[in-house]
Amino acid sequence: MAIIDNLQKISGTVWELPATYKEGMRVPARIVATEKLVREMDEAVYQQISNVATLPGITRYALCMPDGHSGYGFPIGGVAAMDVHEGGVISPGGIGFDINCGMRLLITNLTFEEVHPHLHQIVDRLFERVPAGVGSHGFLKLSHQEFRDLVEHGARWCVERGYGWEDDLEVTEENGCIAGADASKISERAIDRGYNQVGTLGSGNHYLEVQVARPEDVRDKQLAKKFGITIPNQVVVMFHCGSRGFGHQVATDYLQKFLKVMESKYQIKILDRELACAPFESPEGSDYFAAMKCGLNMSFANRQVILHQIREVFSEVFGRSPEDLGMQMIYDVAHNTAKLEKHIVNGKEKRLLVHRKGATRAFGPGRGEVAARYRDIGQPVIIGGSMETGSYLLVGTASGAETFFSTAHGSGRTMSRTKARKLWHGKELQHDLEARGIYVRSTSWAGLAEEAGPAYKNIDEVIAATELAGISKPVVRFTPIGNVKG
Amino acid sequence: MSSFQFKSFRAKPYRYLEDIGTADIAFEATGRDLPELFTAAADATMNVMIDNLDAIELCETRQIELSNDSIEMLLFDFLQELIYFKDARRLLLRPRKTQIEHKDKEYFLKVTVAGEQLDATRHHQRADVKAVTLHGFSVEKQDGNWKARVLLDI
Repeated sequence: MAIIDNLQKISGTVWELPATYKEGMRVPARIVATEKLVREMDEAVYQQISNVATLPGITRYALCMPDGHSGYGFPIGGVAAMDVHEGGVISPGGIGFDINCGMRLLITNLTFEEVHPHLHQIVDRLFERVPAGVGSHGFLKLSHQEFRDLVEHGARWCVERGYGWEDDLEVTEENGCIAGADASKISERAIDRGYNQVGTLGSGNHYLEVQVARPEDVRDKQLAKKFGITIPNQVVVMFHCGSRGFGHQVATDYLQKFLKVMESKYQIKILDRELACAPFESPEGSDYFAAMKCGLNMSFANRQVILHQIREVFSEVFGRSPEDLGMQMIYDVAHNTAKLEKHIVNGKEKRLLVHRKGATRAFGPGRGEVAARYRDIGQPVIIGGSMETGSYLLVGTASGAETFFSTAHGSGRTMSRTKARKLWHGKELQHDLEARGIYVRSTSWAGLAEEAGPAYKNIDEVIAATELAGISKPVVRFTPIGNVKG
Repeated sequence: MSSFQFKSFRAKPYRYLEDIGTADIAFEATGRDLPELFTAAADATMNVMIDNLDAIELCETRQIELSNDSIEMLLFDFLQELIYFKDARRLLLRPRKTQIEHKDKEYFLKVTVAGEQLDATRHHQRADVKAVTLHGFSVEKQDGNWKARVLLDI
């Protein structure tokens, strides 16, 4: 029997694999998506999410978001909340190698008509100032010690040195610096891989995009106003990147540490080595949590320095200060994390470690974790689509409790990179996109081809699914006009 | 002890797999012996990042020595080493001479790797490799040949 035949329809947007589906499942696995999106998911998604349901301490369900697709260990789009007082585990595979990979959005007070004549110049300069591609190094020359300091203090470290504004920190998750990051828990090798990479984009699906909020794409005027999106065809800048080689090495180091102790010391059996884990309340688990937080801070710092570079570029091109250009940051939100949060489970408040791998936290109005200025409207959520289609700004909803207040993170791939590469050629794609009004610069023609729009799900369908499921509410859809690809 | 000299290289001993890890890149590498397999897997990893491997000039040399009681984890560590040099030194490295010894239940790897720093004008980039994953990672001998399956996180 095909796995999909085991799925039980709970509602129009919730599909369940019962805990009886696979030996060892502690809870059911639930996929939050429309029937169309569920049917498009590769079979590995079901296997992987049901493997996640076997992890110790998992609470209620192993969840997969509407943009889910197969990954390693967890599927991309996977969410798992562990009860840390009931032997709940922490798993690097539930966070991803790119710790705190996330999205940042800033607005300008410029319109498409004002930006368009300078678009090539802007994108070309962004391409120079925000290094992308294989192993790229940034302009900050740090010693190992300075980098240790940076990973303990995150974006605050950058703002204190002139890279950004105090106000940016207020609209960054954790104010850009998560407490408890401990650089003594990271290896020299991790530092070596990251200390040259602050302010770099990376590659793969990482990008920096100049986008337009067309009046017809403003879905909720009141909320859009709250975010400063008030001008017809207003130009915004969105980018997607993470903690670079540093975060990748932290995850790799602890994956190996966990594999050594998991079974012998903690008697935990897993179905995929990428689910390697340790009890959260164990020396290994707490060491990883402190090390992972360094990855979070590196990522916040990385995006902070990139934000600074973007402001510099616009300022140079328009001969006006970033303040005068209204280059306010809207929000910075991660989609590869594990965070300790309070959630109500069966009427009781529980302290859970919520893993989100390719899933975005989307708290509804009133939660203390949300930046004060947005607390009455819910947490801002930034979901990036492919470079050809569009991206969204949304807010979290009060009805998101069923997913531990989590939603999608992107449009989600439907085609492997290897296949996409056979179907498209980067140079031709660049010409096609330019003809459609999107100017793209990339370090890699092959990499560009792998990111072609049809390799992804339809972003509008994914967003509609999150709205239908009541896990986030769209505010504005943005259309790309310029893109820097890694 | 078996060893492998780069000059005796065969036709591309690796292929990329289309339907594993939608957002990542999987490959299968083969070799008549372990040194050949390790060399093929190293090039398969580097070829994910750089399209024109032949453009990497072999001017800088490094020695890599690793040991592990598992042949799988030895290959895993070796590929991680190449990713480390790519990030920390921007070095693109290819194996030149690979030796693998198996004694007292432990595998010992000694590789001379050579290459140069990434030069965006000459090296055609593809996708940066973040990590070697252990998802479906395997090294096995089939019909006298060695085969490895690896999923790289992109």
